[in-house]
Amino acid sequence: MAFIPGQPVTAVVQRIEIQKLRQGDNLILGFSIGGGIDQDPGQNPFSEDKTDKGIYVTRITPGGPADAAGLMMGDKIMQVNGWDMTMVTHDQARRTLTKKKEDVVRLLVTRKSLEEAVKQSMSYPRQ
Amino acid sequence: MQSPTVMEVGEEVLQVLEVCETVEEIKEVIVTTIEEDTNTNAPPVASSGPGTKPSQDDNWGETTTAVTGTSEHSLSQEDIVRITKDLEDSVGLDCRRYFTLTLAVILGLLVFLTPLAFLVLPHILWPERLQSCGTACEGLFISVAFKLLILLLAVWALFFRPPRAGLPRVFVFRALLAVLVLLFVVSYWLFYGVRILDSQDENYQGIVQYAVSLVDALLFIHYLAIVLLELRQLQPCFSVCVMRSTDGETRHYNLGQLSIQRAALAILEHYYCDFSVHNPALLSASKSRAAKHLAGLKVYNVDGEFPAAPAEGPGNNAAAGLAHSQSRAMIAAAARRRDSSHNELYYEEAEHERRVRKRRARLVVAVEEAFTHIKRMQEEEQKKAPGDVMDPREAAQAIFPSMARALQKYLRTTKQQHCHSMESIQQHLAFCITNNMTPKAFLESYLTPGPTLQYSRDHWLARQWTLISEASVTSGLKDGTVFLLKCVDFSLVVTSKKIPYIQMSEEYIDPKSHKFVLRLQSETSV
Repeated sequence: MAFIPGQPVTAVVQRIEIQKLRQGDNLILGFSIGGGIDQDPGQNPFSEDKTDKGIYVTRITPGGPADAAGLMMGDKIMQVNGWDMTMVTHDQARRTLTKKKEDVVRLLVTRKSLEEAVKQSMSYPRQ
Repeated sequence: MQSPTVMEVGEEVLQVLEVCETVEEIKEVIVTTIEEDTNTNAPPVASSGPGTKPSQDDNWGETTTAVTGTSEHSLSQEDIVRITKDLEDSVGLDCRRYFTLTLAVILGLLVFLTPLAFLVLPHILWPERLQSCGTACEGLFISVAFKLLILLLAVWALFFRPPRAGLPRVFVFRALLAVLVLLFVVSYWLFYGVRILDSQDENYQGIVQYAVSLVDALLFIHYLAIVLLELRQLQPCFSVCVMRSTDGETRHYNLGQLSIQRAALAILEHYYCDFSVHNPALLSASKSRAAKHLAGLKVYNVDGEFPAAPAEGPGNNAAAGLAHSQSRAMIAAAARRRDSSHNELYYEEAEHERRVRKRRARLVVAVEEAFTHIKRMQEEEQKKAPGDVMDPREAAQAIFPSMARALQKYLRTTKQQHCHSMESIQQHLAFCITNNMTPKAFLESYLTPGPTLQYSRDHWLARQWTLISEASVTSGLKDGTVFLLKCVDFSLVVTSKKIPYIQMSEEYIDPKSHKFVLRLQSETSV
């Protein structure tokens, strides 16, 4: 998941759609994020490359909407509703995810296991 | 002293006596008058002879007439102080200065004429046997001439400067150097006398080289003199704290390694430039407060002897104990007494402050208005209208009356009126007008008390100084040296502290090692 500056980022992503849950006055998604371009990337336990300043999922509330949608801990969020999440500050990411007018977020997330799965499937020769 | 109950009319004269007991005339007049009275009023005692003591006469106090004969000779306190000051000034130690000056001149002449004598004597005493001077030898003549010239200029620059002060003890380094030079020259003469004059050496080049070596060595001694006298005290080693005893004004100076008398001289030169002028009128308030404190309580000893004998000597322990217990009793009573003098002081000071500010405002306005009355005339106008033209002094005299009253009142309120005379104020005004100064610039020297040098000599109140020190005044300054510089009205207390030895170590920082990271790692739940 490391990127080379100046080159387009390529990754294998999974589309996840989460319905926000209404709790009183708030719409919650049920997970926590960490990271951002204004944060210290070396302290991110989930990133492979310790210079990666992307937004990562750090915790999932069990039974929450994100858990139901299939989001997993350690996922890197690449896009939220079309908005890029690879070069945003932590606060911008939070605001993008918690827009009050939207009650569904469509995320593009990537994880290591996805890449390996694709590699494996490509190495099997088609019969 | 005679009992003070005698004099009522002539009380001022008696007080004068207590101040200065050397004024003989007045004493004699009083004594004769008393004796006349006791002779005329013979006591009604049977044995009234010359052996009768006047204190036992009951009628003696009532029948003494007024002492009128002394009114022509009465002096006031200020006159006596002035007389003593004039006495101090006139008696100088000029003989010591002239003595050292003559010694220095003799030594200088000896030093300069010696090499010339060395060169000239062989030509006078044995000219026929002397070898002729070759090229190298004549080159050495030029060298001797120029070195002597340089030595002359250097000695003139270092030693022939007007003396700054008269110090109590001899200047140790100079004395040592003089002795060194004398020994040096004497030893050279000895050698010359024994080896060259007696044996009548023919090698003239050797003699010339000998003279050149003398001049070289003298130049090195002069270098030693510069290092000892001038360079050694330049590096600051001590920080001295100078405090005036009357009003506590304090300054700090940095001095190098000096003897106590030279340090005192340096401090006094700084005193004239830095300390504000001593104003005894400002201290009267605290003195009156102190007098009020003491006058409040009287201690009476009901039983036993009157404590008239002071507690002198170790044998007087009983009287000393008595005095101690009395002072303790006084202190305890003063502490218990509800004293409102602090209240008075507070309100008095606030009132004084207000009054000073009001007078100052009036003064500033008056001066500004006065300055608008005159205008500097340009060159062209001067030729056109020669009518009412004034020079600076006349202009100052013209505008002075309009500000005189305000200035006088202000000076009286700040108790500075004795520092400035009318003449000096007008001179200062003319000076300011000539140099195009603003009214504020003119007033500045009256609003703040300046350094002592700024005032005229008779207002200095400090000319003859006495150095009081426990250590010898030619010994060097040390850490914790304390000495006093006393003049007639006040004294300067000087304490010295050594500047500490500084141990410095180094640490190298690579400029590329300045790296920073963000320490935030926040986690937000969405």
